[in-house]
Formats: sequence, structure tokens, C-alpha cells
Amino acid sequence: MSKTIEEINAKIQKGTAVVVTAEEIIPMVQKHGPQKIASEVDVVTTGTFSPMCSSGAFLNIKQPREKIKFGGGVVSLNNVPAYAGLAAADIYIGATALREDDPRNSKKQPGRFDYGGAHVIADLIAGKTVRLKAGAYGTDCYPETRRDQSIGLSDMTDAFMFNPRNCYQNYNVAVNLSNKPIYTYMGKLKPRIGNAYYCSAGQLSPLFNDPHYRTIGLGTRIFFCGAQGYVAWHGTQHNPASPRHENGTPKAPAGNVALIGNLKEMSSEWIRAVSFTGYGVTLSVAVGVPIPMLDADMAQCVAIRDTDLTAPIVDYSSFYPRGEGEASLGQVSYAALKTGHIEVQGKKVPTGSFSSYQLAQKVASHLKDLVQKGEFLLTQPQASLPGAPAGREVLA
Amino acid sequence: MKELRVVLRFNEDVVEQPITYHLIADYGVQVNILRASIDPGKQGMMMVALRAKEAQVDKGLAYLNDMGVQVDPLATEIQHLDDRCTSCTACVPHCPTDALAVDRETWMVSFDPDKCIVCLSCLDTCIYRAMAIASG
Repeated sequence: MSKTIEEINAKIQKGTAVVVTAEEIIPMVQKHGPQKIASEVDVVTTGTFSPMCSSGAFLNIKQPREKIKFGGGVVSLNNVPAYAGLAAADIYIGATALREDDPRNSKKQPGRFDYGGAHVIADLIAGKTVRLKAGAYGTDCYPETRRDQSIGLSDMTDAFMFNPRNCYQNYNVAVNLSNKPIYTYMGKLKPRIGNAYYCSAGQLSPLFNDPHYRTIGLGTRIFFCGAQGYVAWHGTQHNPASPRHENGTPKAPAGNVALIGNLKEMSSEWIRAVSFTGYGVTLSVAVGVPIPMLDADMAQCVAIRDTDLTAPIVDYSSFYPRGEGEASLGQVSYAALKTGHIEVQGKKVPTGSFSSYQLAQKVASHLKDLVQKGEFLLTQPQASLPGAPAGREVLA
Repeated sequence: MKELRVVLRFNEDVVEQPITYHLIADYGVQVNILRASIDPGKQGMMMVALRAKEAQVDKGLAYLNDMGVQVDPLATEIQHLDDRCTSCTACVPHCPTDALAVDRETWMVSFDPDKCIVCLSCLDTCIYRAMAIASG
């Protein structure tokens, strides 16, 4: 028996759809099998909350009477530079952008990265104003050459987040084989494999639950930092050709998605600016993707457990930065990572995560509520993400 | 036996005195130094666990007081800001005493100030800036 997205949406609108989270579905499929559960359940909600560096927002600033052309000029928000190589009133603020006077990393000490583009975005979503400073060269149609004012979201005609690479389907487990501590985008790694960091919601993670991108594609409606957003494209470095387990899930970073959503509908509850000591500023975003229970195959996919999912252990002191040494120090399951300790090269190593499993659960539950209440309908993807057969080799 | 974790702060007058020696030799207090920053001629601080029979610990504390050493409880030093914490668990492998720990049923990260030795590892590690040095 199979279902269509139209049929599922009709049930959601009537308030009769059966919705469960990607965590709740696991024992159900284990106990009753995929056939029965596929007919009983209509939607499975996934969730993740994690730093995602390839994030930022397009902002269109309302023009005063005397107009200014940002394009080709210089624009900053709270002294964080924004990209202005667009039309007169459009700018893009990237999450990792830093103030010119930020001390960054020095030889003496790793940088703290207190404020950057992600903080500007989080401030705007929180309803705060930021200081816009712009310098332009002036034209006959855009005569103004300077602007310095406080602006908030209400001063923008449009503001939407557009993140070129989010929701990685799997990620590396980072360790440090060297003899000194290192500061990376995977956190502070203690020498001689003193700790290991992972970064995925595992069994709750959207793309782990749809390993072959059967239902997640271009135009898939998603929960995005409190707003209803969409999958806009495959993400940069989307790599469906990554080696996979028999259950279809990749053994290394593989697919990812480019996401778009209205900044004005987002909420501070679901987004945070973060500072990685010694690395930089980035943005933690909440993403939830509903997966339609089309048939028994889909039920099998969403029943994936942390014990079935593995990640590669990668040295970030030598292999990652310079390609020297072994590419992978082995595979480890998310179930093992979540116990708090794993074994690497015979050593017991404490683990930690940058992806918040607690907030991933909260995202999945919240999305479940929205679907149950009929406030969130599913969409048919307009085009598929590049799949494994059409895959390309991309270095993560 | 009583164990007490405290921060000792020395001004420049006492920083060159062998205070730890006197605590051990004269008062029979076990002194476990958790963290120390002492420069001759300048101010110094030392985080210690003091362990002895209660009466001896009290006598040791009185001695420190007489010497002009300021004694503060350890727990007031580091704060966990609940509203900033996302329970991501990044702090957990860096915390040497399990003061920061995660309940693996609820995935809630919690902070036990009694276990904290103020090593400050979490300040570097928390990307949400949920760990802070308490003011004052």
C-alpha cells in the first residue's frame, strides 16, 4: 500500500493525520514492521539544531527620499562588513563575517570572536536595531554617498535567510593526533586524542532519514528557525557519491541542502550566534523536515537508529588541514558517540557534540505539533537533489 | 574528615610566605592544589581542596585569616547561564571533574558548582557563551 503527498495533506487538513517524530517511529517499526506502520503513520518529523557556517541573509533596505546605491560601495552593520555587490538596496550579511578591528587569532592567543555576521542576524531576529554605515560613489539616479543610521527588520522591504550549505547528511568525528591543543571548527581538540567531537543529530537528522533524497528535494517545505522555509537547491559540496551502508546511509559527509526562509518570521528561540574560540563566528540554526510516509520502504528509512549510523574519525591536526597521514581512523556509530566515550587507537576518548540533540528533539516535536494542528502542509519536491547515480566526487 | 574547596587570594605582603607548608605541617591539613597563579612580589591566587578533621580545617582557616589571606568558596566563581545553554554537550569532554555533565536520557546538560575547580576550560569550549566568570 502506498500514499501520495496529496492524500497525506488532505488528512492533515482534516486533522486526522498520524504524525510521529523520527525518534518515536523507531520502536513502532521494530515492533510492528514497516508495512503496518507505513499504513498507520502519515508523517515523520525530523530535526536538527547545530552550527552551520554557510549561512547568511539577503537584506533589502528601504530607501530614504534621497536614494543611495550600495552596489559597488561599502556597507557594514554594527561594523560587520556586508556584501554589497548587488543592486542599489540589496546586501548580503554572511554569518562568519568579522569586524575589521576584531583581533582574530594572534600568535599569542586564539581569538574569542565575540561579534560577527551571525550576531547581526540574531540581533535583527530578536527585534534589535543595528547600525548601518554605507559609503557609495553617487550616480545621477542614486545621488547620496553616505548613510549612517539605525535599522531593524521593519526598515527592510525584504529580509530572507539564504544558506548555501546546511543540514549535512553525516559529519566527521574530529580528533587531534598532535602533541598540542588545536582550535578548529570542530571545537578545541586536546592533544593525543584527548577528546572527540561529533556534529549530527544522528537518528533525528533530516537527511539520515531520507538517505536517497526520495522526498527531500527542491521546494520541500521545512521548519526553518521558526519560519516555514524551503529547500532551494542542493547545497554546495553536496556529495551523494559518498560510500554508503546497505541501509543507504552515507559513511561520511554526503548530501546537504541550500535553504531559504523569511527572516521576519524567524524567532530567537530557534537561532543562535556562536563563537568558536580560535576559529570564528558562526550561526546555529534549527531545521526540521517532515517526511511523508509514502510506503513501507520509507518506513524502513525513517526507522533508522543511532546504532545503524556511523561517522568517520578524522584527525584535524594533520590530515584535515594538510592531507597528511591517514584519511580516516575508523568508523564509529552515533550510538557509541552518544555514550560519552569511544575507543580510538586503543584509547578511551571522551566525546562531545556541537549539534544539540535536546534541541533537535524539540524541533522534531514542535514540527509534529504544527503538522498535527494543520498549520504545516507537506510539499511535493519540484525536482530531486542529485542522487547517488548522478553523484560527483567532492572533497568534504 | 571534612573537605573544603576554596580560592585563596594573597596580597603582595604574604605572597612569599610558605603558607601551604604551614597548613600541612602545623595544622595537619591535606592541601590539594587545583590551580595556582603566584608571582613573587605580586598578588596571587590558589584554588585548593583542604582535607582534614573538621577542627583542624577550622584552625587552618583561622591561620589563613590571621595571615591576611582572603578565603572564598569555590562555587561562586563560575556560572552556568541556563538561557544561553543549548545542551549541545561540547563542554562535557573538557570538564575534568564532571561538574558539567549530561543526563543521557533527557540530554540536559547541568552544572554542579560543588564539583567545579574553576579550571576555566569551559569558557573556551562553550560556543554559546553559556559559561561565565561570576562578577565580584
